[in-house]
Amino acid sequence: MRTEVVVIGAGHSGLSMSQRLAERGIDHVVLERGEPGNSWRTERWESLRLLTPNWQTGLPGHDYAGDDPDGFMGSREVAAHLARYAEVIAAPVRAGVTVTSVAPSDDGYRVTTDHGVWEAPAVVLANGGSGIPNVPALAEGVPDGVLSLSAKDYRSPEQLPDGGVLVVGASASGVQLADELARNGREVTISTGEHVRMPRSYRGRDIFWWMDAAGVLDERWHEIDDIVRARHVPSPQLVGDPERGVGIGALRERGIHIVGRLGRVHDGVAQFSGGLANTVRLADLKLDRLLERFDAWAAETDAEVGEVERFAPTEVDASPRLELDLVRERVGTVLWATGYRPDYSWLEVPVLDYKGRLWHEGGVIPDAPGLYVLGTSLLRRRRSTYISGAAHDTAELADHLVGFLGGRESRPVEIAS
Amino acid sequence: MSNTATVDNGVNSDALLGARDALRQAPEAAQFTWKATSEWIRGTHSRQTIESFRGLGQEHAHKKAFVLEGDHPEPFASEDHAPTPVETVLAALAGCLTAGVAAVAQNRGIQLKSVKAIVEGDHDILGILGGDPEVRNGFNEVRVTFDIDADATPEEIAALVAQSQKRSAVFDALTNPTNVTVSVA
Repeated sequence: MRTEVVVIGAGHSGLSMSQRLAERGIDHVVLERGEPGNSWRTERWESLRLLTPNWQTGLPGHDYAGDDPDGFMGSREVAAHLARYAEVIAAPVRAGVTVTSVAPSDDGYRVTTDHGVWEAPAVVLANGGSGIPNVPALAEGVPDGVLSLSAKDYRSPEQLPDGGVLVVGASASGVQLADELARNGREVTISTGEHVRMPRSYRGRDIFWWMDAAGVLDERWHEIDDIVRARHVPSPQLVGDPERGVGIGALRERGIHIVGRLGRVHDGVAQFSGGLANTVRLADLKLDRLLERFDAWAAETDAEVGEVERFAPTEVDASPRLELDLVRERVGTVLWATGYRPDYSWLEVPVLDYKGRLWHEGGVIPDAPGLYVLGTSLLRRRRSTYISGAAHDTAELADHLVGFLGGRESRPVEIAS
Repeated sequence: MSNTATVDNGVNSDALLGARDALRQAPEAAQFTWKATSEWIRGTHSRQTIESFRGLGQEHAHKKAFVLEGDHPEPFASEDHAPTPVETVLAALAGCLTAGVAAVAQNRGIQLKSVKAIVEGDHDILGILGGDPEVRNGFNEVRVTFDIDADATPEEIAALVAQSQKRSAVFDALTNPTNVTVSVA
């Protein structure tokens, strides 16, 4: 089968790109291993809600129109939102089609699936940034009899065997799961390396209102000092629920044990970094810098917001535990909330670096003309990490793609930054 | 950064940032091996010599061989010819964090005037004496107190110190487990 563009994945990015291509009259197909919004439907824990408020979930030509703009969608609602969008824009989705390889061909790329082969001059990788859990090699040290589970495979507290839980990682996922499990009556320890402290609301407004209004979400990838690092910063310690604090301080008050970064698991004993005090200090200082930036913006624009607030420094134990004996202390589960990476195992185009990372410039892959990526952390701007980033990213990349298709004999095409 | 030009802490920030970017492209060159050789003198007294290291794909010689010594003090029934190795570890931590403070300050355009630190390590020696099986051999706690005079706010100085810990090799080596193998040649 031939087409102009093969889009892989019918999530918010792939569907938005489909809408942009349709607008531009470009023939394309969207290949989806399940149904639109598949990973939201099948690969999320039950209580998960978006970090961003509903009003920030608009897609190209499909703004949020519900009656709860300040609410937070659960993962099933996100899946339904995406399925509805696919219908509204009549996206050419081929559901239940799994891509098994993308390889260069004489005239672009050959996309092989379990339901046939597509040939196209351009391919958009919109299969998402959360394909594979980044479970570290040291997980191999978890002793027999203790369940080792990634956040991607976690569904609810009832799924876990009896006993305590060691949650590794304090991104949004880690703190939310630690909180949920402690409320379920579990003895919970959370191990934290570098993390991002963030209050749900500030000066009477949701934190994502600030991020949007003050321009943080619109910072471009090439304007950010050390983009490689920025793309690996963990998600903020937030939950889509204004009533529920999930910062380190709130977790500690709830009786959760806070320990440093997991260094290794040796003879059934988890060993943690003694650098916890500095880890939380860094997060406090970083939060203060963000709030100062918001305050400066609010003063400059005379924004309608409440009084300036400052949050107390995060307290941790004076001598946090350095070890946890998983067996003796009856820890039933080690839950890895250590981030994700995109799955490119089927990508047979030589564009991955020594760590399996795809080098791209704002979604354009310089070493493979016609190949694009979408929907990964900080792709073109901070907003790219969230659903609301798809509208801008796909508009710009669709323009680039049109230029590429139109000028295949007279390249190169410059991307507008 | 425009303000870094007027600041001089004696750190070449541009070279460090350039190295970071270059080594990302050639990660094998970033693999270094540091080395010290050691020789027993008498009693608890020994001498360590540091003269070369490996990195950037080749062997490098220091400008000269640096010599450190280790011994135990008189309360340990020793002759106190040199600091105890645990004190040398504290000194190494101070050296590493201080270098980090200078590098970060340079990068952030902060002029340093003085950087002093006191490093203390609490140590229950029943561990090393084998006097209590529940006491570890190493430090129970290490405290570093910086006294920094710089053209910067207290928050900026706190951020300097926090960032220097975040990027410190010795801080990491002391706070995280490391596999250590000891063999006989």
